[in-house]
Amino acid sequence: MNHWLSPEEWTAVRLSLIVATTAMLASLPLGLGVALLLARGRFWGKSLLDALVHMPLILPPVVTGYLLLIGFGRRGLIGQFLYDWFGIVLSFRWTGAALACAVMGFPLMVRAIRLSIEAVDRRLEDAAGTLGASPLWVFLVVTLPLCLPGILAGMILCFAKAMGEFGATITFVSNIPGETQTLPSAIYTFTQVPGGDAGAMRLTLISIAISVTALFLSELMARMIGRRIAIE
Amino acid sequence: MSAVLDIAARHRLGDFLLDARLTSEGRLTALFGASGSGKTSLVNVIGGLIRPEAGHVRVEGETLVDTEGGIFLPKHRRRIGYVFQEARLFPHLTVRQNLLFGHWFVPRAVRKPAELGKVLELLGIGHLLQRRPGALSGGEKQRVAIGRALLAEPRLLLMDEPLAALDEARKAEILPYIERLRDETRIPIVYVSHALAEVARLATTIAIVEDGRIAACGPAGDILSRPDLAARPGAPEASSLLTGEVVGFDEAFGLAQLRTRAGPLTIARGSLRAGQKLKLRVLASDVMLSLEPPAGISALNVLQGRVAEIGERTGVGGSIVHLRLVCGDALVAARLTAKSVEALGLAPGKIVHAVIKSVSVETT
Repeated sequence: MNHWLSPEEWTAVRLSLIVATTAMLASLPLGLGVALLLARGRFWGKSLLDALVHMPLILPPVVTGYLLLIGFGRRGLIGQFLYDWFGIVLSFRWTGAALACAVMGFPLMVRAIRLSIEAVDRRLEDAAGTLGASPLWVFLVVTLPLCLPGILAGMILCFAKAMGEFGATITFVSNIPGETQTLPSAIYTFTQVPGGDAGAMRLTLISIAISVTALFLSELMARMIGRRIAIE
Repeated sequence: MSAVLDIAARHRLGDFLLDARLTSEGRLTALFGASGSGKTSLVNVIGGLIRPEAGHVRVEGETLVDTEGGIFLPKHRRRIGYVFQEARLFPHLTVRQNLLFGHWFVPRAVRKPAELGKVLELLGIGHLLQRRPGALSGGEKQRVAIGRALLAEPRLLLMDEPLAALDEARKAEILPYIERLRDETRIPIVYVSHALAEVARLATTIAIVEDGRIAACGPAGDILSRPDLAARPGAPEASSLLTGEVVGFDEAFGLAQLRTRAGPLTIARGSLRAGQKLKLRVLASDVMLSLEPPAGISALNVLQGRVAEIGERTGVGGSIVHLRLVCGDALVAARLTAKSVEALGLAPGKIVHAVIKSVSVETT
């Protein structure tokens, strides 16, 4: 592999995988919470939260990236706070790329999980309650296992979106080789220089391979879980 | 000692008003009524799935709900087993995990070692342990659901039409298990049904639910033979419930002689054993009355008694009258035409002979 890809290209692939995985795992707890809130909660401002979550799906990615830059940049409101108190810098770092990818993938993850929570039979939860399980236990041992396929689907969607995210990332953290240059940015760079066609093609093939593998894995896992929880 | 069940609930659900009061001493209290009469709502109040606007729920003296006292125990702390119409087994767990689900949540202080073996034997589900709910038949699912509720060590078992979704063969398969439950465990049962045969067979106490109210509540034999209840539209058909013991056989004709509190009865022997105790039911419409001891008739059973109660004329044109007799110390219901009642000059206190064909005596 190392002989086939140049070190720069290899770095871009590795960085993309790290960024996408981080984005997926980091947004999972929050995604689960928001999905639960939207599926089950009854509170004032629910449609507002719903709209807010879906915003990155509708806005041009560049706009989302620019908003992130304003908010999380070194001089941004949140960015400055993070730097002053925790020494965390997001702008022009790979962590910033992960944040941008997480924000862009979030609506897809929430949507998939929310649908699967809504599909869980509330009567099963009632039954668990009469058997002595407190609401927290009901969630942990009945609701959560039953919506596992949806959670998995949400994670895969988020990962795939993160692998392909370009606009928000490049706007927020730029295109620094070895730090923020993910696969799409690297491909873009290749297309901008003469003689970059071969490199762009290699990375394109890798990108396709990763996406197809992710899809295949999720299908496989969904089927395994599906077989275990064959709904009556 | 306090009543097994003491419930009063007032709750509005859309246009429907549940306003039910009920006390019962029975081992198995049947809530009987048409669909939509509020049986399930009442059971949900007991189980904690509905929080009533006003009322109380007490089980063997312990208060679970008392709106005046501000008490509302959430469902997971009531220790009331609930068997639903659909089994509601957890599809992601095996039968074994389903069965032990509730046991795991029993508070340490009162938890006993799981009597899994006993429950498996009681319900005949030992061979299913490793399977998943998706691979069970309807009857098996329902038995697992009953086992799951039992293993949670409930103080009361609620059964909401547990047989309604099953065909006749599956019903016949489960009914004996519910009878064993009633007779062998110490757990009182509330059983919801709109099937008279089930109720007559299982209930020790019957509460008739009508439009969200309890129209009547009392011992099964009394409720089912009451003339005033039989006259109501949608009420169960009046019948007599008797307990009989096999005391002898007529080998030549394949008959069995039974001793009941109403008097001796002769029925087809079938597979009865000597000394066996069984429940008998005779529909009111299968009882004929005679003023004199009848002679030269084919019916084998004649019970002497006196008229205790005569109901109002009912039916189209008021052609039908329900009566209740006391034979020995048992209640026997009869359904006659108004014309016959007048022709015989029947009145409370009058001595009559109830004629019952052997084939009309249903055994359960």
